[in-house]
Amino acid sequence: MKIIVCVKQVPDAKDVRLDPKTNTLAREGVQSIMNPYDRHALEEAVRIKEQFGGTVTVLSMGPPQAEATLRDAVACGADDAVLVSDRAFAGSDTWATTYTLSQAIKNIGGADLILCGKQAIDGDTAQVGPGLAERMGIPFVAYVRKVNDCAGGSIKAERLMDDGYDAVEVALPALFTVVKEINEPRVPSLKGKMRAKKLEINTLNAVDIEADLDQLGLKGSPTQVVRVFSPELRGERSMLNGSADEQVAQLFDKLEPLL
Amino acid sequence: MDYFLTEEQQMIVDVARQITDEQIIPMRAELDETEDYPRDILKSIAQADLYGLYIPEEYGGFGGGCFEMALALEQFSRGCTGVATAFAASALGAYPILISGSEELKKKYLEPIAAGEKIAAFALTEANAGSDASGIQTTAVLDGDEWVLNGTKQWITNAGEAQIYTVIAITDKSKGPRGATMFVVEDTDPGFSYGVKEKKLGIRCSSTRELIFKDCRIPKDRVIGRVGTGFITVMKTLDQSRPGIAVLGVGLGQGALDEAVTYAKQRVQFGKPIIGFQAVQHILADMAIQLEAARALVYSSARHIDVHKKDMSKASSMCKVFATDMAMKVTTDAVQVLAGYGYMREYPVEKMMRDAKILQIYEGTNQVQRNVVGQELNKEYTRS
Ligand SMILES: Cc1cc2nc3c(=O)[nH]c(=O)nc-3n(C[C@H](O)[C@H](O)[C@H](O)COP(=O)(O)OP(=O)(O)OC[C@H]3O[C@@H](n4cnc5c(N)ncnc54)[C@H](O)[C@@H]3O)c2cc1C
Repeated sequence: MKIIVCVKQVPDAKDVRLDPKTNTLAREGVQSIMNPYDRHALEEAVRIKEQFGGTVTVLSMGPPQAEATLRDAVACGADDAVLVSDRAFAGSDTWATTYTLSQAIKNIGGADLILCGKQAIDGDTAQVGPGLAERMGIPFVAYVRKVNDCAGGSIKAERLMDDGYDAVEVALPALFTVVKEINEPRVPSLKGKMRAKKLEINTLNAVDIEADLDQLGLKGSPTQVVRVFSPELRGERSMLNGSADEQVAQLFDKLEPLL
Repeated sequence: MDYFLTEEQQMIVDVARQITDEQIIPMRAELDETEDYPRDILKSIAQADLYGLYIPEEYGGFGGGCFEMALALEQFSRGCTGVATAFAASALGAYPILISGSEELKKKYLEPIAAGEKIAAFALTEANAGSDASGIQTTAVLDGDEWVLNGTKQWITNAGEAQIYTVIAITDKSKGPRGATMFVVEDTDPGFSYGVKEKKLGIRCSSTRELIFKDCRIPKDRVIGRVGTGFITVMKTLDQSRPGIAVLGVGLGQGALDEAVTYAKQRVQFGKPIIGFQAVQHILADMAIQLEAARALVYSSARHIDVHKKDMSKASSMCKVFATDMAMKVTTDAVQVLAGYGYMREYPVEKMMRDAKILQIYEGTNQVQRNVVGQELNKEYTRS
């Protein structure tokens, strides 16, 4: 079983601020981390490998610094790491990103199972997983909260829904995006860290992945970001006073006209 | 302070720190209340390869020594000395095999211990044999191809949780100090059972129980080293493991200092944070000075022991006494800085103070350690 996990390096949400003047993310001095949902995808891949055998390759499209995230993934159990990096990728929206990733995956020989986090905490679009599956023409399952069994060319999983879960069985190859309920990611191991330090990261550029340059980066991105802004906090606030009974009565008076 | 760790040693610290911050600290108060054995945390520690730190690579370990082990233990103890004790006791149980065991015993037992798949425990103490190990009454008699053990060990850390027990028993009373032998006993051996779990002042999530041997039969090849060398193995084991106890004091002291300084910066009385009062500052300063001195001594001792295998008793005992006395003092001072809040279970420092006490007692009381240092001094000055 060959598993590819797509991981993205994102700014640590604990540190993120918007620059009030330019309305862009203030990245200065902000720590980079592995997108937290991707960490769950990686953990699941490692568990599937431990249970059913196979290999786990982590794949990231990003600037050279994203190598740190790939090494982190290797320390946590991935066997191999591939970085897809080229100036031509700059400014990619999710459309161009899925194209780039699909070319990279084809180029490294495909996979039986591709796992992604349900979304990245910086862009929050949740589009790359399904978009990539579509590009590759393989089945896609979102919100996977459990992988049950994996045998005979298919895989059984549970998809988290608002009112319970769906039990699904999918033919491989397939792509899943996972939710954080799926597992508790492990901390890196000592041997993993040592391997990660030494590992040669396979770095691929636009030519290596045989990409059509028109479909890359800004050029290949139909999405236009017109404006980014922090929503203003509006809405009236009022405090209720008095005993609990009095406050309940006041609240009732306020709510009743709305019914 | 910079102790010039190698890149690998820094990795050990980083991995252990992450487990401590993410898994041990959030759970410690609950574990203290429920006294539950910290199975999930220990599983994480195993998954991170830290159970094999001090075990040679040929048996699946990392190939480090006393010092590498100390680095991990320090972090764990900063979070919870109970968890750290449960982890450390497996090493204590494994050392006799590592130090004196045959190649067969090493192959069979060290690999699963290094992987954290099996846990070990060390059994010396009995009702009438505390500081005085020569008081042991558990016996082992050879019967055909089997040894038959009878007797009771008490206050054994990891009892009931471990699968591998290294146990000392009298094999020939007439031979005195050469009349005891160490054995490996497995949890499934016939005639082997446990007493009830002790209720303790501190390190409550670590398990402390009796081992009861009633005609417990084990195969002949479970002897560690040669028959009659039990006490030598015990002494070498404790020399090797004591810096581990010392460093639990360092970690615990660090945890207490962290809490005390953080609190002193926030607590306002008489219109200013209490860290502004010189009397409080001096308590904190003394805590930090004692702590750093202890850390320096423990690190140097551990590094010395890793190189000088034939000359470790004095270093081992000195660092154990100093660092564990420091931990008792520093945790008590931390409670003083937090005062009433510190006395409440809402804050972690009262637990730290309760946990500190054991460090002055187990693996040889601090009085006994001072005896060792004194005897070593006497020897040294006679020689020269
Ligand atoms: C929580 C816990 C966990 C433990 N885990 C283990 C374990 O895993 N395996 C194991 O084998 N044992 C274990 N022990 C036992 C521990 O090592 C002993 O308690 C310790 O060695 C002291 O023995 P004692 O308590 O019988 O004290 P005693 O020997 O009775 O000492 C009583 C007092 O007399 C003093 N004293 C005794 N002899 C001398 C002397 N010659 N000179 C000066 N002062 C002296 C002591 O310092 C002490 O103050 C554990 C104990 C506890 C409490």
